[in-house]
Amino acid sequence: MRIEIAGQNAFIVYFAEQTSAAVSAQIQAAVSSILATMQDSIVDLVPSYASLLVIFDLDRSDHFAVRQKLRAALTDLDSVDAAAGELVTLPVYYSIESGPDLEIIAERGNISVDEVIAIHQQQEYRVYAIGFAPGFAYLGEVDERIAAPRLATPRQKVPRGAVAIADRQTAVYPAVSPGGWNLIGLCPTRMFDPAADPSMPVRVGDRIRFSAINRDEFLAQGGEL
Amino acid sequence: MSGFTVNQPGLLSLLHDRGRYGVHNLGLTTGGPLDSLAFDWANRLLGNDINATCLEISFGGLSLEAETETSFVITGAQAPCKLNGQSIPLWQTQDIQRGDKLEIGFTSAGTRCYLAVRGGFDIAPSFGSSSTVLREKIGGINGDKLQAGDHLPCSGNKLLAHCRLAEKDQPVYGDSARLRVVLGYQQAAFGPLQRWRFFSSEYRLSERCDRMGFRLEGETVHSDMVSMLSEGICHGAIQIPADGQPIVLMNDRQTIGGYPKIGAVIRMDTARLAQLSPGSRVNFEEISIEQAHNLHCLEQARFRRTPVQPC
Repeated sequence: MRIEIAGQNAFIVYFAEQTSAAVSAQIQAAVSSILATMQDSIVDLVPSYASLLVIFDLDRSDHFAVRQKLRAALTDLDSVDAAAGELVTLPVYYSIESGPDLEIIAERGNISVDEVIAIHQQQEYRVYAIGFAPGFAYLGEVDERIAAPRLATPRQKVPRGAVAIADRQTAVYPAVSPGGWNLIGLCPTRMFDPAADPSMPVRVGDRIRFSAINRDEFLAQGGEL
Repeated sequence: MSGFTVNQPGLLSLLHDRGRYGVHNLGLTTGGPLDSLAFDWANRLLGNDINATCLEISFGGLSLEAETETSFVITGAQAPCKLNGQSIPLWQTQDIQRGDKLEIGFTSAGTRCYLAVRGGFDIAPSFGSSSTVLREKIGGINGDKLQAGDHLPCSGNKLLAHCRLAEKDQPVYGDSARLRVVLGYQQAAFGPLQRWRFFSSEYRLSERCDRMGFRLEGETVHSDMVSMLSEGICHGAIQIPADGQPIVLMNDRQTIGGYPKIGAVIRMDTARLAQLSPGSRVNFEEISIEQAHNLHCLEQARFRRTPVQPC
C-alpha cells in the first residue's frame, strides 16, 4: 500500500497494481475505517479499482495531520469489519431489439447470441467504481468469451438502462448519454434517481447479478423501448 | 414573488454556492464557483453566509429586472455594468428598487463575474448544494443555465450601510498566469526531461476550455505509463493524455479517469486560470506541499484581514 500526494488537499492511496475482489474488499475496509475515524477532516472519498482518493478540508486540517491519521486508519485493515457488499439482482431484457451489439460479441467469441446472454448472467460481478456520470457503476470482470473492445466510433445516444460491455467491464447506463460500449440489453431499474432515497440501487463493493426478463416483463417494470 | 426576472441570460450564467461535497461516491462532481475568491468577496461585501448562492456570469451579457427592493454587488471580471442605464462600479454594494434594470455587459478583462444579492438567491439544494452542473442536470433551476424568463427568487433585504473593496485590494485580471503545482499522482512516470519541458515551457489556453477542464497547447510532455486503472481525480489535477497536451481539471471534472497526472494546480491559481481567455499564456511552477499549505493559510488570512471600505 502506498500513500501519495494527489493535490494540495488530497491524497491517493494505492492498494495494488491490479484490481481483484480481495483488493476491492480491502478498499471497502479502508473506506469504513476512514469514515469512522476521520469524519471531521474528510470532505470526499473516491474508491476505484485499486485506489482510494481522500479529499480533505484545507480549512479544518492539513496534509501532515491527514497523512498521519490516514496511516493509522489504514493499519490492520484485515480486522476492520467492512460491509461485505450486498447482493443486488438487476433484471435485463436481452434481445437484438434491446442489445444491438449482441451479434458482434457472439461473432467475436465464436459463440451464439444465446450463449452470450447465458454467460453474462452466470456470475456475480463486483462494483469496482462509480463515476464517469452520476450513477455509472463499473462492474467487473466479465468472462473473456464475451469481452469486447469499445466501439471505434462511439454512439451519439445510448438509451437509459442500456446494459453494456467494454473490455472486461460491464455497466448499466444511468441516463441517456453518448457512449462507446457494446450494448447487449436493457435494464428497467433506475441506476440513478435524484428523487429516490437512496438515489442509487448499488454502492462500490456490492455484488451484482443479472437476470433475464422478457419484453413484457421489461415493459411492466417501467422499461421503455 | 420577490426576486429578479431574467430578460437576457447571457452566454453562460449559472447559480452556485460553494459546491457539492460528500457525494463523489455517487459519481457527482463538485461544481461551485470557478473563481472562489471573487465569489467569497461577493458574499462577504454583503455580509452573507459564505455558502450563499450567487450567480456566476461567464463572459457577460446578462440583463435582469428587479421585482423587489434589495442590495447587491458584482465582483470578478471587468465588465460594463449598468443600473437603469447608468454605469455602476464593481466590488461595491448598491441598492436596487422594484422595476430597476440591471445589465452586465461583455467582459473585457477576466471572464467570470459574480452577482450576489443580500441573503443570497433562494435555490433549493439538491444533494446538499445549489450549484448547477449542466452535464449532470443538477442544481440551479432545473439543472440548467439561466434562460430568458427565469425567475431568480431572493428575499428583499437591504443593507443599512454600503461598502466596497478598495481598488488596491481588487484582483487584477490579465492575459497570463503562473500556475503553482504540487507534484503528485503519476509524477514519477514523468522523467527529468519531461518535467523540465513541462515546467520551463509556456502554454496557451485552447478554445476548448470549459467548467470540466482547461486544455492547454504547447510543448508536448510524455509519461512512461502505457495504461493505468481509472482513479479518483482531485480539483486542479493536471492530466496529460497521449497527445502530450496538458488539461487542468476544474470544478465540473469527472470524478474518476484513467489518464496520467503529473500533479495538481493549487486552488488559488485555478481561480486565476478560470479568469483567462483562450490564447492567454500560462506556465507552471513546482512548489512543495508545505508551500501550498502556507499559501493557502496566507490567502485565508489576507481575505479575513483586508478591511472593506465604507461608502
